[in-house]
Amino acid sequence: MAGSADLPVAELIDVTRLYKMGANEVRALDRFSFTFRAGEYWSIMGSSGSGKSTLLNLLGCIDRPTTGAYRIKGEDTQTLDDDELSELRSRHIGFVFQSYNLIQQLNVLENILVPLIYQDDPPEDGEERARRLAQRVGLGDRLDHKPTELSGGQQQRVAIARALVNDPTFVLADEATGNLDSKTAKEILDLFDELHAEGKTILLVTHEPSVGLRAQKTLRLKDGRIEDVRDNRAVVA
Amino acid sequence: MSVKHGLSGVVRLGIQSLLLHKLRAILTMLGVLFGVASVIAMLAIGEGASAEAQEQIRQLGSQNVILRSVKPPEDLRGGGETTRVSSYGLTTSDFERVRDTFPAVVRTVPVRQLQQEVRLEERVLNPRVLGTDAQYVNVTGRKVCEGRFLSDQDQAAVSNVCVLGYEVARFLSPFESSLGKSIKVGGEYFTCVGVLLPRVPLGSDPAQPGVEVTGEVFVPLETGRSWFGDTQVKIRSGSREMEEVQLHEIYVQVDSDEHVTLVADAAKEMLKRQHKQKDWEVVVPLELLLQAEKTKRTFNIVLGSIAAISLLVGGIGIMNVMLATVTERTREIGIRRALGAKRRHIVTQFLVETVVLSVGGGLLGIALGLVIPAGVEHWAKMKTVVTPDAPILAFAISAGVGVVFGIYPAWRAAAMDPVEALRHE
Ligand SMILES: Nc1ncnc2c1ncn2[C@@H]1O[C@H](COP(=O)(O)OP(=O)(O)OP(=O)(O)O)[C@@H](O)[C@H]1O
Ligand SMILES: [Mg+2]
Repeated sequence: MAGSADLPVAELIDVTRLYKMGANEVRALDRFSFTFRAGEYWSIMGSSGSGKSTLLNLLGCIDRPTTGAYRIKGEDTQTLDDDELSELRSRHIGFVFQSYNLIQQLNVLENILVPLIYQDDPPEDGEERARRLAQRVGLGDRLDHKPTELSGGQQQRVAIARALVNDPTFVLADEATGNLDSKTAKEILDLFDELHAEGKTILLVTHEPSVGLRAQKTLRLKDGRIEDVRDNRAVVA
Repeated sequence: MSVKHGLSGVVRLGIQSLLLHKLRAILTMLGVLFGVASVIAMLAIGEGASAEAQEQIRQLGSQNVILRSVKPPEDLRGGGETTRVSSYGLTTSDFERVRDTFPAVVRTVPVRQLQQEVRLEERVLNPRVLGTDAQYVNVTGRKVCEGRFLSDQDQAAVSNVCVLGYEVARFLSPFESSLGKSIKVGGEYFTCVGVLLPRVPLGSDPAQPGVEVTGEVFVPLETGRSWFGDTQVKIRSGSREMEEVQLHEIYVQVDSDEHVTLVADAAKEMLKRQHKQKDWEVVVPLELLLQAEKTKRTFNIVLGSIAAISLLVGGIGIMNVMLATVTERTREIGIRRALGAKRRHIVTQFLVETVVLSVGGGLLGIALGLVIPAGVEHWAKMKTVVTPDAPILAFAISAGVGVVFGIYPAWRAAAMDPVEALRHE
C-alpha cells in the first residue's frame, strides 16, 4: 500500500450543502475544499451542527452536494449514476453511522453481512469474514442475537464490524466510540490503529479530544468551514 | 445465510419480514384467496352445468338431424271426457322421402314408440319400447354390451326378438344374463338377443329422482307394428285418448357437419309441404350444441368478470398494505441503500413480498376453490367440472396481481433518497 500512500482518496472542491427550511437556509457545508489522501487517519472535530455528519454523508456517497464537486478514488461522483454510486458504496466505503442503523429484524451475523449481499460479485468467504470481525469486536458469541437484544455499545460494535466486512478503502466513522466504556473504546481505537496500519483511510468524527488525538491529524470544522488543521504526531512528540 | 444475493435469498428475506407480521400477512392474503377460490369455483360450476347440457345434446349426435312427431296444439285443447282418436305426426312416406331425396343423407332410422308393459316372470316395468331398425345404434352411437343389436334379418323376418337397455336388463334379470330369455312385451313374448350399455358411463349419472323407469327396450319396427298396430291408448287425466302415430322420430345422419343445417332446412321445407298441420319438429343437435357453447361463453365471461373484480379488490388490499410497509420500513431501506443496495435490489425485495403474499393467497385459494365444487357436488347434487387450466389460470392471475399491485410500492421504496430515508424515524 505504500506506493499509493499519497494518492487522493477524496477531493472536495468548493462543496456547499444547503438545507432550505422555509425562508431561512442552513449552510451545513460552505464552499468546502479539501483532499483526503490514501492511508491517512483523520479525526474530524467541531461543535454540534458544524457539518461533520454532512461531510461524512457526502464522502459516503449517500448525499449529493448543492453546488461544487468531489471525487472519490478519482471518480467524479457527479458523473456516476445511482447504480454506480451504490456499487462504490458497497465496495469501497465502510460507514459507521452516528446512530448505529442496524436492521432490526436481522441478527448480528446477518447485519454484518448486509454490505456484501449487494455487491455485483460478492466474495466467497463473506460469512467467515463476518464471523472473524464479530470476534474482533468482541461479539463472537452473540451472532444470532437481534439488535434489540444488545446494549448500545454492543450495537455500535456490530455497526463497526459491518463497516469493515467489505474490506473498504475508506472508513467513515461518525461517533464510533461515543457509547462505549473507556476499555471498549480503547479496544475499538486499537482496531482503528490496526486498520490504519493495514493502509486504510480513516475518518473518525468525535467530540472527545483524547479520541481525536489518537488520529494522525485532526480537522476542525466550524459552521461548515475548516477552522483548523493539525498534525497530532507533532503534538504527541 | 448465503452471501450470494440469489433469488432464494431475496425470497427468504421476503418471507421473513412477512412472518414478522403474520396476522397482517394472512389478512392480506385473504383477499387474493377468495378471489382465486371464486374464480375456480365459478368456472367449475359453470363448466359442470354446461357439460351436462352438452353431453345430453352430444348423445343425440352432432351429425344428426332429428325429425319428431309433435301433437298439434288444436288437439291438446280438445279433450273433454270423450274418447277420440287423433292421428298426427311423421309417416312412413316422410321417412322414405327423406331417405331418398337428399344426397347428403347417409342413414335414416325410423323410431316408433310403443306403450307397452314389459315383464319377465313377476318383474314388471314400463320402459320406452322403441320399434326401430338395425341402423339405430350406428346413428345414436349406442354401444352393445352383451349379444347383438337388432339385425336386418330380424326386420325382414319380422322376428320376435328384443334388445334391452342396460337398466331394463338389470331390473328384469338382476342376477343372470338376460340373453335368450323370453321377455313379455305387451301380450307377446320376445327373445332377448342383446343388451345395450347405458347412455352415460356407469356411475357418473345417478338415477334421477321421479323418473322410475329408465332405459329402453328395442324391437324390430315391423314386428312392433304387426303386433301392436298404429293406434295406441293413452290414459290422460281421466280421459282416454287414442293416438295414431306412424313414426315418432326419424334420425337422419348427414355425411358432414357442414351439411347438417342444409339438410335440416330442406327437411323442414319438405315437411311443411307434406303436412297440413304443424305436427312435427326438426331438432338439430349441432345447433343446440353451438347455442349451448355460446351460452357457456357468455356465462364464463360474466363469472370471470365477477371473479376478476374480487381479485382486483384483493390486489388493492395488497397494495395498501405494502404502501404502509414501505413507509414503516423507510429507515431500513435507507440503511440498505447506504450500505450499497441498488434500486433494483430494493424493488425486488418488496416485489418478492407482494408476490409471496399473492401467490400464497393464490395457493390457498386453489385449495379452497377445489373444495367448494366438491362440496357443491355433494350437498347441492350439481355436477361440477374443474378443468386443469382453471387452477393454472387462477394461479397465474394471482401472481400477476402481486406484481402489478406490488410495483408501485416497491418503486416508491427504491426511489427514496438514502439520506432522507435514513433520517426517517
Ligand atoms: N435534513 C436537514 N434539514 C435541515 N437542516 C439540516 C439537515 N441535516 C443537517 N442540517 C443542518 O446542517 C447543519 C450541520 O448538521 P450536521 O448533522 O452535519 O452536524 P454535525 O456536525 O454532525 O453535528 P453533531 O455533532 O450534533 O452530530 C446543522 O445546522 C443542521 O441543523
Ligand atoms: Mg453528526
